[in-house]
Amino acid sequence: MQVTNRVMVPLWALCGVVLVIGLGWGLFGTPNDYQQGATVKILFIHVPSALMAINAWLMMLVASLVWIVRRHHVSALAARAAAPVGAVMTVIALVTGAVWGQPMWGTWWAWDPRLTSFLILFLFYLGYIALWGAVEDPDKAADLTGILCLVGSVFALASRYAVVFWAQGLHQGASLSLDRETHVDNAFYFPLLLSMAGFVLLFLALVLTRTRSLIMLRRAAALEARAEARGAHDV
Amino acid sequence: MMFDLGPYVIPVMSAWAATLGLLGLLVAVSVREAQRARARLVAAEALDAGEEK
Repeated sequence: MQVTNRVMVPLWALCGVVLVIGLGWGLFGTPNDYQQGATVKILFIHVPSALMAINAWLMMLVASLVWIVRRHHVSALAARAAAPVGAVMTVIALVTGAVWGQPMWGTWWAWDPRLTSFLILFLFYLGYIALWGAVEDPDKAADLTGILCLVGSVFALASRYAVVFWAQGLHQGASLSLDRETHVDNAFYFPLLLSMAGFVLLFLALVLTRTRSLIMLRRAAALEARAEARGAHDV
Repeated sequence: MMFDLGPYVIPVMSAWAATLGLLGLLVAVSVREAQRARARLVAAEALDAGEEK
């Protein structure tokens, strides 16, 4: 908590600056695509949110594994804190994808491998959040949600590689790839990278803020329980 | 001109508005929860300290 106390304000400030520049550049400073017209500007919110939707689950997977193996309480709370952030990122990716798909594909939705695996990932997010809320004992909740996270990772990875595994459906291939030399034109590439960096920073800032809140709530609950036990003992 | 959305004004602006709205809501809820958690911890520490005296 002492380390994150010092980090939080600079992190939020950096996140705000990178997001404003990246998204502003994407929306106002890029040309329209010769085929897709102005709808290409949805790229700068759709791709970063989809990236974070998958990576949030993978971060939850790592944190859950740390909990299952090492019983480190903060890792369980970090996984819990990341879930609503990942769920919102998934909703954004689904909504912006549908809004983009309607004028380009002629449909809001198709049971395409990538879209379907993303919808399933969203349902896993909802299940994960609901399970945390349904189980009263925090250690048991962390165990159960950790197992759910392991199972859901199949769909997170399927979402990531759906366009590679199954070359079918309406969704195009990956716009960016570390192992390919070709990617979108530089006019879109650099603002897209900056938008993605902004979303990563926003995710970090949100998860740290939410994890700190959960730690504070757990400490407060422990202190209240101790005070209550002491009061009962005095009576 | 760079910012000319042509016939796609509604899809582009609605996608951006939905995204910024959802992100803004998420940030606002997270910050509010952090404030409430801190207030509860301060109250619990005061309760604990008061009872220890």
